[in-house]
Amino acid sequence: MNLILVFEQLLNGLQFGVMLFLMAAGLTLVFGIMNLVNLAHGSLYMVGAYLTVAAVQWTGSYPLGVLLGLAGTLVVGMLLEVVALRTLYERDHLDQVLATFGLILFFNELIAILWGRTALFMSLPSYLQGHVEIFPGSIYPLYRVVVIGVGLVVGAALWYVVAKTRLGMLIRAGASNRTMVAALGINIRLLYTVVFGFGAALAGLAGLMAGPIYAVQPGMGELILIQVFVVIVIGGIGSIRGALVGALVVGVVDTLGRAFLKPLLGHFISPPAAEAAGPALASMLIYLLMALVLAVRPEGLFPAKSG
Amino acid sequence: MRARALILAACVLLLLAVPALATLLKQPYYIDLIRRVMIFAIAAVSLNLILGYGGLVSFGHAAYLGVGGYSVGILAFYGIHNGWLQWSVAIAASALVALVIGAISVRTRGIYFIMITLAFTQMLYYLGISVEEYGGDDGMRLKVKSQFSGLIDLGDPVAFYYLVFALLLVCTYLTYRLVNSRFGLVIRAAKSNEARTRAIGFSPYPYQLAAFVISGALCGLAGALLANHTGYVTPAYMDWTRSGEIMFMVILGGMATSPGPALGAFALLVAEDLLAGWTEHWQVILGPLLVLSVLFFRRGLAGLLPGGGKDG
Repeated sequence: MNLILVFEQLLNGLQFGVMLFLMAAGLTLVFGIMNLVNLAHGSLYMVGAYLTVAAVQWTGSYPLGVLLGLAGTLVVGMLLEVVALRTLYERDHLDQVLATFGLILFFNELIAILWGRTALFMSLPSYLQGHVEIFPGSIYPLYRVVVIGVGLVVGAALWYVVAKTRLGMLIRAGASNRTMVAALGINIRLLYTVVFGFGAALAGLAGLMAGPIYAVQPGMGELILIQVFVVIVIGGIGSIRGALVGALVVGVVDTLGRAFLKPLLGHFISPPAAEAAGPALASMLIYLLMALVLAVRPEGLFPAKSG
Repeated sequence: MRARALILAACVLLLLAVPALATLLKQPYYIDLIRRVMIFAIAAVSLNLILGYGGLVSFGHAAYLGVGGYSVGILAFYGIHNGWLQWSVAIAASALVALVIGAISVRTRGIYFIMITLAFTQMLYYLGISVEEYGGDDGMRLKVKSQFSGLIDLGDPVAFYYLVFALLLVCTYLTYRLVNSRFGLVIRAAKSNEARTRAIGFSPYPYQLAAFVISGALCGLAGALLANHTGYVTPAYMDWTRSGEIMFMVILGGMATSPGPALGAFALLVAEDLLAGWTEHWQVILGPLLVLSVLFFRRGLAGLLPGGGKDG
């Protein structure tokens, strides 16, 4: 095991963590403010990827396609909120889980009707291809560096919006006491729709960035969705800071586990046993981590203080 | 209550008559379909015990289908075809897994409980995928069905049908007795008000954990049946959408009612079958139907029966 390999896998973990964070931020905001468990968040990730593929093909320009894809996901998210999810805020979690589960079936099948079930290939413009040399002897794909950069910038922007702007103030106020915010003359329904739309756009951003790395296909959202739930449960539901820490921890643990657990186990148990146990343990690792965190801190690492 | 009892008795009689009717109409497919429905009804009955009566929203009940199924499959893989042994192991193994999962998750509440049960099921799902010995992603074929020393032949579709039918009735009756016992009262009390339950001297945790284990064991039995029904054991048994489906059956049929889970299983699976026969893209119709049923059909099918919703 050499250091360069470890470093590269760390970067891969960071890249995966950043994407998890983009998903988790929207999900945890929606949960913290509207008290809504939205399983269909993964569908918005998928919608983002598909809309961008279509828009890039249509316009022939990658940046324009990305912008259109993001705007499209924002609109889909707001429509979804107005049509279906708005009535669910007052319901219990069970109803929310079931209704959004129904939405997942709908979205997956709709995408299959429109684009087919086979995976789509999402091409990158030439200026995003290629590799960069991070330090001598270690080359790393440029695109993944860009993903990490975009994720960190969006994370910082999100912090700025929530902590420093009027909109962020409303969001925080809505999370702690929605009745009071409404009583002070704020249009809370509009606020909810806006927050949900931005959460959707963040999921769409994660989806369109995932496109060139993973497969763009119906059901792609569910694979990441459950990992995102692990992230927000570890981080503390409703907390953006928790989502960031949880996402990076889960991203790095999952990636390193898949890369190094098998050879590591090989030192302790027989190679055939490690061959069998390594992948199994690696894919279970983040769930074990979550169980461990919940056993020690049932509210997650950074419990949100909202009432 | 008389009208309600009559309707339910008519449903039971109809189920009894399905094999004869299917043979008469030369449609043996329906024996297969309804048998599958009844197996899932057993799973839904088991979930109803903790979800409906206990208020524990388990989003990972498919795990026990998988554990039950794999118990049968793995024993058969090593040449052990004795059904008594296989099914006992299936039930015991599911109970054990439920004990471990329950011991950790029953301590949590609300959304954390939903997520942690989901996470444990995902763990088992990935375990099933990565163990190449037992077929990995593809699963394994059950070459020989469970053998019950000549007492009953599961290869005979009608005999197997009646066995599943009898087990469904037994499981429904068992849960009915259970929730109306002292034990059941504590569980239902903890659902409606945990603080008061503590105040009158009951710690809900051991009761809820026991209910969780019983529920898992019953669902393990459904898993053993399902393995024999499909002749296949795959990790797809434990897919999280499967957990969602079982949950839906309970809600659609009516939570915390005795006939609810079976009614819900019928409604959901028969609707799936009809829609799938009509169009390849049936999920695009089923999805919104599910959303609408959650939004506007609160009391479930059992609530439509005369005599109302609760505890019939």
